[in-house]
Amino acid sequence: MNIGPITVPIELVRIMVAILAFSLFIGLNGVILVWLERKVAGHVQRRPGPYEVGPHGLLQPVADALKLIGKQLFIPKGADKILFWAAPILSFLPVFLLLIPMPFGPKLFALDVDLGLLLILAFAGVNVLAICLAGWSSRNKWSLLGAARAVSQCVAYEIPMLLSLLSVAFMEGTLNLTQIVNQQEPWLWNIVYQPLAFIIFFVCAVAETNRCPFDLPEAESELTAGFHTEYSGMAFSMFMLAEYSYIIVVCCVATAVFLGGWHGPFYPGSWWFLGKVYALILVFMWLRWTYPRVRFDQLLNINWKWLLPLSLLNLFVTAFLVKVL
Amino acid sequence: MLHTEREYSKLIAGDFYTHHMEPGPDDRTMILNMGPQHPSTHGVLRIVIEIDGEYILRAEPVLGYLHRMQEKMGELKTYLQYMPNMGRVDYLHALAWNWAYVGAVERLGGIEVPERAQYVRVITTELNRISSHLLWWGAFLLDLGAFTPILYAFDDREKILDLLQIPTGSRLTLCYFRPGGVVNDLTKDFIDGLREFIPHMRSRLPMYKGLVTDNIILRKRVEGVGIITEETCRRYGATGPVVRGSGLAYDVRRAEPYSVYDKFDFEIPTDKECDAMGRYNVRVAEIEQSLRIIEQALDAMPDGPHMVKGAPKVKWKAPAGESYFAVEGARGKIGVHVVSDGSNTPYRVKLRAPGFCNMSLFAEVARGVLIADAVAILGSLDLVIPELDR
Amino acid sequence: MNGISQMWKNISGLWSLIVGLKITGKYFVCPQVTVHYPRKTVDNLSTFRGPVELVASDNDPTKPKCIVCLQCAGACPSGCLTVAAKPAPKPTAEEIKAKKEAEAKGEKVKKAAPKELGTFRYDFTLCSLCGTCVDTCPVGSLQFSSDAYLASRNKEDFVYDLLARLADQAKGIKSGSSQSKE
Repeated sequence: MNIGPITVPIELVRIMVAILAFSLFIGLNGVILVWLERKVAGHVQRRPGPYEVGPHGLLQPVADALKLIGKQLFIPKGADKILFWAAPILSFLPVFLLLIPMPFGPKLFALDVDLGLLLILAFAGVNVLAICLAGWSSRNKWSLLGAARAVSQCVAYEIPMLLSLLSVAFMEGTLNLTQIVNQQEPWLWNIVYQPLAFIIFFVCAVAETNRCPFDLPEAESELTAGFHTEYSGMAFSMFMLAEYSYIIVVCCVATAVFLGGWHGPFYPGSWWFLGKVYALILVFMWLRWTYPRVRFDQLLNINWKWLLPLSLLNLFVTAFLVKVL
Repeated sequence: MLHTEREYSKLIAGDFYTHHMEPGPDDRTMILNMGPQHPSTHGVLRIVIEIDGEYILRAEPVLGYLHRMQEKMGELKTYLQYMPNMGRVDYLHALAWNWAYVGAVERLGGIEVPERAQYVRVITTELNRISSHLLWWGAFLLDLGAFTPILYAFDDREKILDLLQIPTGSRLTLCYFRPGGVVNDLTKDFIDGLREFIPHMRSRLPMYKGLVTDNIILRKRVEGVGIITEETCRRYGATGPVVRGSGLAYDVRRAEPYSVYDKFDFEIPTDKECDAMGRYNVRVAEIEQSLRIIEQALDAMPDGPHMVKGAPKVKWKAPAGESYFAVEGARGKIGVHVVSDGSNTPYRVKLRAPGFCNMSLFAEVARGVLIADAVAILGSLDLVIPELDR
Repeated sequence: MNGISQMWKNISGLWSLIVGLKITGKYFVCPQVTVHYPRKTVDNLSTFRGPVELVASDNDPTKPKCIVCLQCAGACPSGCLTVAAKPAPKPTAEEIKAKKEAEAKGEKVKKAAPKELGTFRYDFTLCSLCGTCVDTCPVGSLQFSSDAYLASRNKEDFVYDLLARLADQAKGIKSGSSQSKE
């Protein structure tokens, strides 16, 4: 692409446009998800949820955001200032990278990356670092405990998550998300061939995004607020936004890899993709408002004693079948 | 000169309790304040814990953040003027405290209580007990990370409060009993509402069981956690669901029957497991037993006055002497000891709060458990901090 | 085989998670139970014991039944009632003269007229709604109102002048609007 004398590679333009679009997408989704979460919580608990600001409380997240912006940014005495402020940004930034290879529609993706799945898995790990830094630099014992929990939890659950995705990759013979989706024609969704992998992936996704019943790093009744105890105002809302963005990312991956992406029984297109993503998010919320929290040793036991052997078994069986059939 | 990190941290953080905690065998432990503003301590209980990783090596409860001099106030107010305090000692089971104090005063003054008033007291107190257990149920689940159950429990509790509002006029800090009877008689509205409520509450119990009791995550969290043996309970003087969850069927209503409790047929639920799940099961079973008592009391309630003639007035002078009266509250044995010197104010009022003894267990039980387990144990003890500090 | 039975127990326990989801799912579509406060209010306020108020005497709705015996003020555990009689009207010269004459004649002097309530101040900020004053009143001149919606930015608003309130009630003004600023 030529703009005057400068030659700009088409990919760069595409990425710039995508980042702009992603910012809008993430911001809008953040607002919708905050509202949806509170609304779902309300209705499950037989109360209306936010109701007063705007029709059915639709403007409540905006009011919350305004409130958070107006709050004082507070640094605890003795905290590491640079790391303390770097953590929320570090937690939020990788989201853009994670969305780049996501195939939202047949033609709607930022970049057709051949190793798309690998890219997502690689950069999803950055969030762990951010949480670790947040807990470490806060100079708060509760935050430190939360950070320690977060690191061991995320590192542990990344393994079965990867293995379960790997078995799909074996089957499809590619790590390119667009191709994976393309190979799932209307009714040949991978969830049919790989139900176990989907379940393992889903459980790991809940754990990776620190959602209830695996919300140990921020377990409010044990660690007050876990790693973000000392964060206020926008720094706190960055963590919140990052958390919701990661939920969207894992739901997108699940949709693309297991649920046939944009394919549907009729009118295939992006709306199917978004619809499936939001259905998964609703299940996430449903789980959160139903279950108590597991204990930390149980959390790791579930991973090492159940999910990891099962996902390995699944991988071996898949590999065997792929080779034989 | 500050030589060690320990000395430095002493200067900038902590207070008497954290500074004077005995140093552990090595420097790898961390001393941490759980509370007084911690979400799981339900109010202002503070626990200084020494942790190694997430394991608690020692836990020391620090009390007194909600000390309101309830006992001293008893020496300054007249016998009747002290009544409103009773609803505020333990605001969740206010009527049991009402009853304990009123019972002590009646025993002191030799006041007869009419038969109907006795039944009214049984009905309202048991209703209050259910509401207290419901709130505990929700708050315990909140400690374990489930948010929804507390709102379902509050839905049912709301119905109880609506009922209790009819005779008592208030919803939380009830001040309904008086020496010699109760303030208002039960109306037809109340009795009809109660007869509707009992089957409703019974129909809700399976939902509670399905949502929570059978849930595998909850079972894994509380089974085998916080084992309190019968012997430990005896040493600390624990009462109520805590001791019944350890397999000892001690209930004041049965052990030293007061009022008309000897006329009812009810079971004392116990659990042999001695763990947090045992205490949980006991409380849930007690809801059903309270419903049974209410049903029987409604059927057997005689007509008659709700207040004895010549009941004490505000400036009433009690005969010199002393008396003690104990009732079974939602948290255990509530005892009130009143000493009179013949004037119109008590010479001394001693309140025995069951939560205090139950909480004393915690320091011993919480050794060597995870922080998450400590929260579960604390929740299973059902502490109400205002009652503890008085 | 203990391990296998344990494993089976864990797996079968997963069904309970589905049961939990069913319950919350059912309530998700059930109607809500919240009362949307400013638009709707609860309907059982008639049994609620709110701040106390004076009861009008049977023949005059502006006059309370109160006989100024001051028992309520003495009974209150937190001293939130301030009751005082109207200062007795100064006897006119003729009355004094008549009284003196009567005394001189050795007749028994007629007792003064019954005291009339002058002020009845009620500090709701101190009140714990125990009802001791209502129980104590020998003529039943005190009762609980059912005002539940008490909110103000000003602490003084809760020091009620119950006489003024009674007068307003007699005039038919909605109760609660008669809070006087002392």
